[in-house]
Amino acid sequence: MILNDVWKSFGQRQVVQAIDLHLQRGKTYALIGPSGCGKTTLLKLMIGLTWPDRGTISLDGMTLNRENVRQWRMRFGYVIQQGGLFPHLTAWKNVTLMAEVLKRPPDKIRQRVAELAQLADMNEETLTRYPIQLSGGQRQRVSLMRALMLDPEFLLFDEPLSALDPMIRAELRQQLKHMFATLHKTVVWVTHDLYEARYFADEVILIHGGRVEQRGSPEELIRNPATPFAQEFVSAQLSLVEKA
Amino acid sequence: MARWWILLAILLALALIPVESPFRGVQIGSKKFTENVILGEMMMQLVRSTGVPARHQAQMGGSSLLFQALQTGTIDAYPDYTGTVRLELLSRHNLADDQAVRDHLANMGIVMSRPLGFHNGYALGMLEQRARELGIETISDLLAHPDLRLGLTNEFVSRSDGWPRLKQHYGLPHEVIALDHDIAYRQLEMGLIDVMDVYTTDAKIAALGLRILQDDRNYFPRYEAVMLIRSDLQRRYPAAYRGLLRLEGWIDPQQMIALNAQAEDSSLPEAVIAAQFLEKSLGIPMQVSQPSRWQRLGKYTVEHLQLVRLSLIPAILVGIPLGTLAFYRRRIGATILAAVGIIQTIPALALLVLLLPVMAAAGVTSNTLTAVVALFLYSLLPIVRGTYTGLADIDPEYSETAEALGMPPRTRLLRIELPLASRSMMAGIKTAAVMNIGFATLGALIGAGGYGVPVLTGIRRFDTAEILLGAVPAALLALACQLAFDALERAVVPRGLRLKPSS
Repeated sequence: MILNDVWKSFGQRQVVQAIDLHLQRGKTYALIGPSGCGKTTLLKLMIGLTWPDRGTISLDGMTLNRENVRQWRMRFGYVIQQGGLFPHLTAWKNVTLMAEVLKRPPDKIRQRVAELAQLADMNEETLTRYPIQLSGGQRQRVSLMRALMLDPEFLLFDEPLSALDPMIRAELRQQLKHMFATLHKTVVWVTHDLYEARYFADEVILIHGGRVEQRGSPEELIRNPATPFAQEFVSAQLSLVEKA
Repeated sequence: MARWWILLAILLALALIPVESPFRGVQIGSKKFTENVILGEMMMQLVRSTGVPARHQAQMGGSSLLFQALQTGTIDAYPDYTGTVRLELLSRHNLADDQAVRDHLANMGIVMSRPLGFHNGYALGMLEQRARELGIETISDLLAHPDLRLGLTNEFVSRSDGWPRLKQHYGLPHEVIALDHDIAYRQLEMGLIDVMDVYTTDAKIAALGLRILQDDRNYFPRYEAVMLIRSDLQRRYPAAYRGLLRLEGWIDPQQMIALNAQAEDSSLPEAVIAAQFLEKSLGIPMQVSQPSRWQRLGKYTVEHLQLVRLSLIPAILVGIPLGTLAFYRRRIGATILAAVGIIQTIPALALLVLLLPVMAAAGVTSNTLTAVVALFLYSLLPIVRGTYTGLADIDPEYSETAEALGMPPRTRLLRIELPLASRSMMAGIKTAAVMNIGFATLGALIGAGGYGVPVLTGIRRFDTAEILLGAVPAALLALACQLAFDALERAVVPRGLRLKPSS
């Protein structure tokens, strides 16, 4: 996926500025930066939930526009902080709704759900419950199953672990890492947590004020912060990491 | 998903059960006081005696409403009074006498019959004892007592031949309270007001022993009872037309007062009183069936449910799409919300009266349909609002997630957004239903029937049991409706939205 000179503002505020990114298939990327740096907006731009003022986003030579956006979105799985599960549908329905809308055969759907339940370590009986009856960790697993249902090429995560308690977070983190290793998907992981970024990512992209501040492997960022801001960000986070 | 279609099918079926076919025959109207109702009943029975089907829409409202209904053809005839026609209904034409009135009406396609034989004018009355204490015999005597409380009929206060000119004529300084005629009698009896306007044939004058204040400066004009009849009735039902005219010159003042007294003292319905009179004085044998209280209750219930069903269901079927449209098309939305909001601010009675000429212009003469349209318009706001608010209150997280999943807009609306808004939608529908049941009692004012009929009759005849016959079932129906919608809510609002979080 290629982002070419992408700009986005909300009113007076310039949220994303002159972003050029080239994401390679099968790799895991972490978009990292402080709150309000523009990383969530960048993620939304990638699946057409918001539109750039300037610049283009393209994938295998296809440029994202309003005509192809729905087709485009099918190639992505998207998981957000609170899971975004529809409260009026059971976990099962949440996972299968889109497949049903696309008229996939019911036995194929059942088979796929069984696969995903195993992958996400979910009991199929639990899937008959409504989101409000699930724990935070279960909700994120269901949300992940939903994102994977149509077997997309890309997985986008917007701080999916930050609302969970530490024990669950650690467990889920481990399972996700294992999953990424087996699935070979391109993953974009938005977080403000350098530890998390280091845990998952092949490449870290540090965002500051809507611009790319530095990109490289996690170790590179930690060892050689290229700018005063990167220096500050890394040292602030490292003290936390050491405690952890 | 399936249950939505089932619900929609049930709603459509309920709305489409045919209404009784439109009435063919002569429609008589009457104003909402006892004497006029008795006269209306006589007119109806006279028409029937000629073999023409007839219907009496009793106690529809005041003069202007009846006159309008006559012009639009909602009714074919009703009893009125010469003074009222000349000085109130046609006051802006400054007609000199009754002949001028007759000619003017003829141009409007209305025949004014010859007088029925009695005069029923306005007068001011006081309790005998109070008048004696204060030494008041004439209207001029009121000038010496500017503190007296005058309670006047709503209509009298606003009529050009009523209070404004009376006040000017005598130079009366009093402030007045405007109220219902029958309630004014009650308040006079209880001493809450000192002076009220009366009709000179009111039975209450004798019953309460009122002193009629002398009109010493000759203000009040003559009010001869007459019938106003649409001219086209001569062509449509010549026999019925001739039948009506038999009433001309046939009722003298003493008879009318006696009939009024009979209606108020006994619990005999006006239909029976009118029938007895016609039989005795015109020799027309009449058979009036007197339905039992339960039969009447059944009839009112059917009529009431009819009004509610025909207005509420279309309001649901129109309101939900309208609320959805208002949410998705912000520009039209503002207009839609403002429009349904404005309708709601029009007083219910005013809306009914405003609708009469509009409906007539559209060729509708059924009162039930007019009431249904008014109720429909009234029911829209809570439903449109409920739908709109329900959609607007959805956490953007859900709409965005649906979008991110690549869901087509239609699926998003039907499978995600409307179900999420269902609770608020149901609340709106429930409010509309309960309001609708209450407002439907007003349908009686324009002859659409329902529980409002016994309420109006009871108020007119000081009959508390009769009022309760309408008020209690209306309240019970509202309650039942509330319970039914609570049950329906369980069927419509998805289970996931009704669960409490598990610990």
